[in-house]
Amino acid sequence: MAVGLLNGPPLTVGRLAGRLARLLSLLVAVAIGTFVLLAASPIDPIEAYVGADSASIGTEQRDQIAERWGLDEPPLQRFTAWAGNVVTGDLGTSQVFNEPVIDVIADRFMASLSLLVLAWLLSGVLGFALGLLAGARRGTWLDRTLTWWAYTLASAPTFWIGLLLLYVFSVSLQWTPVCCAGPIGALPGEISLLDRLHHLILPALTLSVVGISPVLLHTRQSTIETLASDHVAFARSRGERLPGLVLHRVARNAAAPALMLQFAGVGELIGGAVLAEQVFTYPGLGQATTTAAMRQDIPLLLGIALFTAILVFIGNLLGDLAHRAVAPQTREQGGDASRSESRGELRDLAREQVTP
Amino acid sequence: MTTSPLRPVNPAPALLAVEHLAVSFTQYERGLRRRTVTPVTDISLDVRAGEVVALVGASGAGKSLLGHAVLGMLPPNATPAGSIRWRGEETDVQALRRLAGREVALLPQSLSHLDPTASVGAQLRRAARLTGASRAGARAVAREAVVAQGLDESVLKLYPHQLSGGMGRRVLTAIALLGNPSLVIADEPTPGLAPESVTAVLRRLRSIAEGGAGVLLITHEITGALAVADRVVVVDRGRTLEESPVEAFTADGERLAHPYSRALWQALPANGFRMADDHTRVGAGMRGEDLAC
Repeated sequence: MAVGLLNGPPLTVGRLAGRLARLLSLLVAVAIGTFVLLAASPIDPIEAYVGADSASIGTEQRDQIAERWGLDEPPLQRFTAWAGNVVTGDLGTSQVFNEPVIDVIADRFMASLSLLVLAWLLSGVLGFALGLLAGARRGTWLDRTLTWWAYTLASAPTFWIGLLLLYVFSVSLQWTPVCCAGPIGALPGEISLLDRLHHLILPALTLSVVGISPVLLHTRQSTIETLASDHVAFARSRGERLPGLVLHRVARNAAAPALMLQFAGVGELIGGAVLAEQVFTYPGLGQATTTAAMRQDIPLLLGIALFTAILVFIGNLLGDLAHRAVAPQTREQGGDASRSESRGELRDLAREQVTP
Repeated sequence: MTTSPLRPVNPAPALLAVEHLAVSFTQYERGLRRRTVTPVTDISLDVRAGEVVALVGASGAGKSLLGHAVLGMLPPNATPAGSIRWRGEETDVQALRRLAGREVALLPQSLSHLDPTASVGAQLRRAARLTGASRAGARAVAREAVVAQGLDESVLKLYPHQLSGGMGRRVLTAIALLGNPSLVIADEPTPGLAPESVTAVLRRLRSIAEGGAGVLLITHEITGALAVADRVVVVDRGRTLEESPVEAFTADGERLAHPYSRALWQALPANGFRMADDHTRVGAGMRGEDLAC
């Protein structure tokens, strides 16, 4: 999906409508796909809801719950009823939380937002800076170490990194708390900003790991390419030295692919949040997603799917705009040729990484 | 008329005197087998203030490496040997790096030498800062530099992709001449240009020399070199073959000492397109159609 959107025509007022139509069709597809998957799921929502007591309730009570949730109707009817409500702005009620879906998402998203933003900034800034460093010092031990580290991170699962960090920093060193968004037992209003940050740092670090490697490796590659370009040779002939070259000539050239990648990675970030929040029992959107899936909370899961689809769409849109902002040469020529060229470049970069 | 490359013409020391320059590269082949290649084995030339010296040779003859060596820009795996003297004084890489951009300037002609993500103004200001201008002074220097090249100040706001070829070459010239260099190295300035642009570029080089600076024109297009140079140094496979005043390239080329230079001259369309049997490489490296325009 991300690729399809990025390959789209350049953004002008006239094409905004096309983008919106694309978003709508995307949302419809996501809703149908999610619903089909859920309808085919073997988990019985009522059993998941009642939990261990399921043996103590009779079929009569079961039927009552089913009727109240509308589970006795055929899937197609349920879907059209839900879709009809969504069009009027009503996403339904979460069965697990017993609250309107929109409220659950808003609550949980606010909790996740600081985590996502911190992890996103961390991975972007670290990945970009280290990528510049590795590219500028290509072939040295520093470059080798950073590249090796990036490959290790890229192949390490998020939850495993999370457990590792938990073990080192929370259990052994006891620098960071083991779980949650605040001290256990404290009311949400009583948690200080410092406490919040203290509880945030380890999940954010874990989550940022998802995004560091691709940004680092792509930035390294474009740094190496830019350093070999004519305009850098010309700058060098004027007496410019390596730090000046990287700062004045390379950074902005390397920023364009890095920014695009970082924005296009919003989807992976949200995917990573599901795992990271689970490991750290962080009460965010990711944890709500797991809960909704495990307990067949269909309205909530559909709502979250739509919401994250919009987030990813916005991420891609911003990536396009950011790319345009730092690479002025792509602004005017616009057209499909230049776009596909820049995508092709990214593909080539990705391929070169496989054999460093 | 045979001349030694080291023949002193006037008593003042040359701006640049390169003697027996050799450049070798250490490379690692598959595995850890090390090998050394030496694309430049023995090049000598000198450039004096106010003259244009053309360094002529086929692609791969080591001309551009000489330019890079003079600017102290050889890659880390390259080892230079021989001597490069600046105003009579022996230099090392550090000294050459200090000269680069202040005393010695590279003058490229293709727009790929401008940073596509920075405005012309930003690049000129950075270049001015490198020549020692203050932050505030750089602005004024940048403005003056484009005006001196016959461009409007509004060019400063443009990005390289918005420039025409001619404007871009003027911007490159403005950047190269910012620090009032004593020596300008023009590396392959003319390939791919329309004839009238070639004339404009060569005329600009001539006027730089008339302004008192020395110009080293590195090219494989001998016709252009002959139109503007005072002396021509012919190199082949990394070594200097001969140095001749431009007048020696005339008639049948009998005043040229080396058979290679003679073959080079005779291979030009205007001189009969003749190719000596043992110099077919001349035709391969320096195509007639290149030379014609």
